[in-house]
Amino acid sequence: MTASSKPQIENLTTGSGKLQADTIARWLFQGAAFLVLAVLVWMTVVMAISAMPAISKFGFNFLIDKTWDPIQEQYGGLTFVFGTIASSFIAMLIAVPVGLGIAIFLTEDFLPENVLTPIAFMVELLAAIPSVVYGLWGIFVMAPFIRAFETWMNTNLGFIKIGDKSIFGTPYGPGLFSAGVLLSIMILPTIASISRDVLKAIPKSLRNASLALGATRWETIFRVMLPAASSGIIGACVLGLGRAIGETMAVTMVIGNTPQIDTSLFAPAYTISALLANEFAEANEPLHIGALFYAGLLLFAVTLIVNVFAEIFVRRVSSGRQ
Amino acid sequence: MQTKNWTRRAFGTFAVLAALAACASPPMVQTVQALTLSGAGATFPQPLYEKWFYEYNKKFPDIKINYQGIGSGGGINQITKKTVDFGASDAAMNDEQLNAVGGTSKILMLPMTAGAVAITYNIPGVKSGVKITALTLTKIYLGEITKWNDKAITSVNRGVTLPDLAIAVVRRSDSSGTSFIFTNHLAAIKSSNWKEKVGAGASVSWPTGIGAKGNQGVSAQVQQTPGAIGYVEYAYAAENNLPVAAIENREGKFVLPSVASVVAALDGTKYPDNFRVFIEDPDGKESYPIIGLTWLLVYRDNADDKKGAEIGKFVKWALTEGQQYVAPLKYTPLPDPLAKRVLKAAEAIK
Repeated sequence: MTASSKPQIENLTTGSGKLQADTIARWLFQGAAFLVLAVLVWMTVVMAISAMPAISKFGFNFLIDKTWDPIQEQYGGLTFVFGTIASSFIAMLIAVPVGLGIAIFLTEDFLPENVLTPIAFMVELLAAIPSVVYGLWGIFVMAPFIRAFETWMNTNLGFIKIGDKSIFGTPYGPGLFSAGVLLSIMILPTIASISRDVLKAIPKSLRNASLALGATRWETIFRVMLPAASSGIIGACVLGLGRAIGETMAVTMVIGNTPQIDTSLFAPAYTISALLANEFAEANEPLHIGALFYAGLLLFAVTLIVNVFAEIFVRRVSSGRQ
Repeated sequence: MQTKNWTRRAFGTFAVLAALAACASPPMVQTVQALTLSGAGATFPQPLYEKWFYEYNKKFPDIKINYQGIGSGGGINQITKKTVDFGASDAAMNDEQLNAVGGTSKILMLPMTAGAVAITYNIPGVKSGVKITALTLTKIYLGEITKWNDKAITSVNRGVTLPDLAIAVVRRSDSSGTSFIFTNHLAAIKSSNWKEKVGAGASVSWPTGIGAKGNQGVSAQVQQTPGAIGYVEYAYAAENNLPVAAIENREGKFVLPSVASVVAALDGTKYPDNFRVFIEDPDGKESYPIIGLTWLLVYRDNADDKKGAEIGKFVKWALTEGQQYVAPLKYTPLPDPLAKRVLKAAEAIK
């Protein structure tokens, strides 16, 4: 076996074989990279073409219009963009601190390794649950708890208002808040497990140096470990956010699917991906289909903008440290 | 060397498996020369269609029918593009859609069964059978009646104590035949302004309420929310023993959904030659008012004669022998005169 494979290896490293293998490999990898780009462009073009009836009729008005009425053929995407961003924002608000907490806990020696490993494993297992299962769990198990919580908030904190409408309005159960909470559970494993890996990768010497200088454990965590891991942790958050924005099935089942922008955190809302999942199957009229594709393009744009901002943020943070 | 041994063993296993597969497959192909028909469309009748296709395949093992419940709109699109052998829809094709395929001289719309939409609710301490007038139903879904003890509801429910509880409206968020039938009925109530304010269709701009996905989502939402009202397929409500409301029909009688009350509604309807009729608000004292037919869409002349003949055979079977499976699944068998006319029309399939 070794005898037969050795000449090949030599061919790769010396003589004319090197150039050839190099070139082939280069072309292969280049091809793979450009293929991704090509698919992306192709998708955008196809979506833009299908969205044309709606783009030419509504133009940029689509971005600020709040109506969505398939009967009157009047379409606007603002409420869906709002729902998408707001639900993801709530999810991040919950998942980032909790996920970071899990990551810190799992990398410190609070508990012996043979206890921590199963916990880490179970957190990662959360990511393996299909989203439709999350959705079913959301409407049957989580929603009643959420409604009880919302009712409590409404009676005790209902006086907090924007204008004349309460932030903690009528408790429905399904709605923006439920969707945010469910999403936070779904993106938790992404944030927790990547942050944990990043924290684990920090050289031991750094921590030891900090402790040796007389810093306490918490000072070490907050002043040394987290800053050192910050770009990786932000990367984890961006990945989590990406999943939250694009998540469809589970959100559709708990968000209440009402195209509106309400001041109440508990009011039903609607996301772009939920809209597509709900209406695509029965859409017949070219304008309706076009409007759905237009909404799809918006989702594309929202994701892109969020990612660009996150990228800029990561660069700022990492260059600020150096 | 270890690696090599392992590789060889794996290869050996593969070879044996491959040989087995090669031996096993040809005889299977020879014994059953299956003809596969493919269809796509409405999800409303899907449980019944699947039962039919399964039983039909048991009886005629050489015919296999695949059905994808992709929605009525998808069913019409696919049969128009001829990517399936038959389509299915809860909404008969409109003139524009018919023109796209060359009119009724090219395509047949065959009603196969009917179903009802039940109104379910969750009022603590109140059992099944609350009466709701046609106008009240539209007002609840317009958000104009918001309490269960509103006069419009209590005045027709003497003897039932209705609480001072907010009505939580629940509706389907996914566009569906169920919503289509329901909104068509609301739009047909003359004394209401539903038609002007909202209109009828598989997805509309709802004035109020929470959108839940599928029959299951609606019923879960209703069961969990005290004061909720929602609409689901009658078959689904019956299977899950949900409380249902008696709805006022055109003649002013309150009728509960049942197979019998849907049959009554079908009996009271006149059917045109192309069978395209939306039973928005049926006549008849015993009729349950919120019902709809569902259609198979089939070309008269099929490119593959064999397939055409088989589709015709299946329709004939479904409307005769297949009828025994309809009522147990809480769908409604077509009344005899109508079934006879559909059978006659199906003879044209080639």
